[in-house]
Amino acid sequence: MSSALLSRSFWRGVAGLVLLLLLWELFARSGLFTQALTPPLSRIAKVAWRILLDGSLLTNSAYTLTRVLAGLLLACLVGIPIGILMGRFRAVERFFLPLVSVAMPIPSLAWVPLFILWFGIGEVTTLLVVGYAATFPVIYNVWTGVRAVNPLWMRSALAMGADHKQLFRSVVLPGASPYVFTGIRLAFGRAWIAVIGGEMLANPAAGLGRAIFDAREFLDSEVMLASIFAIGVVGIAFERLAFQFVETRTVARWGMVAAAGGRR
Amino acid sequence: MKHFAREALVTSAPFLLLAAAWEAVAIAGIFPEKLFPSLETVFDTLVSLALSGILWGHVAGTIVRLALGFLIAAAVGVVAGVLMGRFQVVEELFLPAVSFAYPIPGLAYAPLFVLWFGLGDLPAVLLVGAASCFVIILNSWKGVKAVRPLWLRAAEVMGANERQMFWKVMVPAALPYILNGLRLGLAQAWRILVIIEMLMAVERGLGWMIFGAREFLNTDVMLCGVLVIGIVGLLLEKQVFERIERYTVVRWGMLTA
Repeated sequence: MSSALLSRSFWRGVAGLVLLLLLWELFARSGLFTQALTPPLSRIAKVAWRILLDGSLLTNSAYTLTRVLAGLLLACLVGIPIGILMGRFRAVERFFLPLVSVAMPIPSLAWVPLFILWFGIGEVTTLLVVGYAATFPVIYNVWTGVRAVNPLWMRSALAMGADHKQLFRSVVLPGASPYVFTGIRLAFGRAWIAVIGGEMLANPAAGLGRAIFDAREFLDSEVMLASIFAIGVVGIAFERLAFQFVETRTVARWGMVAAAGGRR
Repeated sequence: MKHFAREALVTSAPFLLLAAAWEAVAIAGIFPEKLFPSLETVFDTLVSLALSGILWGHVAGTIVRLALGFLIAAAVGVVAGVLMGRFQVVEELFLPAVSFAYPIPGLAYAPLFVLWFGLGDLPAVLLVGAASCFVIILNSWKGVKAVRPLWLRAAEVMGANERQMFWKVMVPAALPYILNGLRLGLAQAWRILVIIEMLMAVERGLGWMIFGAREFLNTDVMLCGVLVIGIVGLLLEKQVFERIERYTVVRWGMLTA
């Protein structure tokens, strides 16, 4: 029964996708726009295959993903210590919280023109923008996570004679880990947006955003659509594979998922 | 009173410290003045931009664009999300497509929208709408799915018809989720709008102000733009959304303030 139900909803999902593709095909062939602007699926597929074979799609994806990861690393290096200190020490919280709440609503991409003036076009600017976008979700969630550690655990650890180091390593860190992961996930989403914008405006060597932007010059809408599709695939694949892998290895193994309110 | 003064001092301390650091770097002349103006210059520029009315033109342009794009996203998103929550066929048809499109940054479509709709306001508004509608769809859908079956059954037993069921039970119950989706959608729209303005060459807007100032190395104007963007963003969050939430969800008793 349940597998029959599953397959029905699966086929409906497929039908939905086919329906959307069909709509696109009709729209493309209707001549409302010229086919140079809205190419039919067959042409997109052909171009996608071509840039997949000549390696440019993979190179660009690798560049973009590397930038996102580097920005994420930067964000973790800055954000996790600040977040932890903010959660542990009231004075640090009083100092950083106003700064964070003013800087957070500024879209990272608003800084691009300024960063270009300061650091020139290219890699540094793109990385800084990605890092800026990713840092605030990390800080915010780490801070929340450290404060949300069950005080009972802290007191019992202290009562059992844990010193500060042990308290931090064995109670605070695992206790805050679900929030830390949520923050990093959120940061990944932000970084993914920022990297596309950064690549379009700051002209680094290669990347999916750059490919889309460059393709406009040649009215190459097939390349643009194929690259957008690649962005979706890379984003989902990374989110699904990497994050879930890390999460099952750490947070779930430490038994923190249920304690954090039973996600999944 | 004394307590209040101390509080104000503690809150402003980080900003004062940051300002002092900035001033020190600017005066020391590590970077050229043109690229790293002192705070007085930035402040003077801000005042003159505000007095001449240029700043307000840009702010108004950005806010109008944000409002229009967000309205499109809200209308499309809530309707699509509620339909997906109500009818299983709609859900099964569209959920895979929506979940695939959701993580693609709307920004990636920007050059394509320029090809399709030209430069200017139309593609900017449409793109803001397209970029922020997915999070609204997904949250509205979740909200309708999360209505407690007990309330539905209770309403049914008490003889509610389809329409009453929808307006009196489902909408209020799903509202916290829908509002949360709208809040996330607005934040998304806000984050992406500034750069869309840069890419679409709109006539007036804060993003365009920053982008245009770069051509003339007007770093002070750019810094003013970033500052105003931060203030507008903060006001949006604090004034618009916290208020809506207070008037609807809290009053209907779905959340405690």
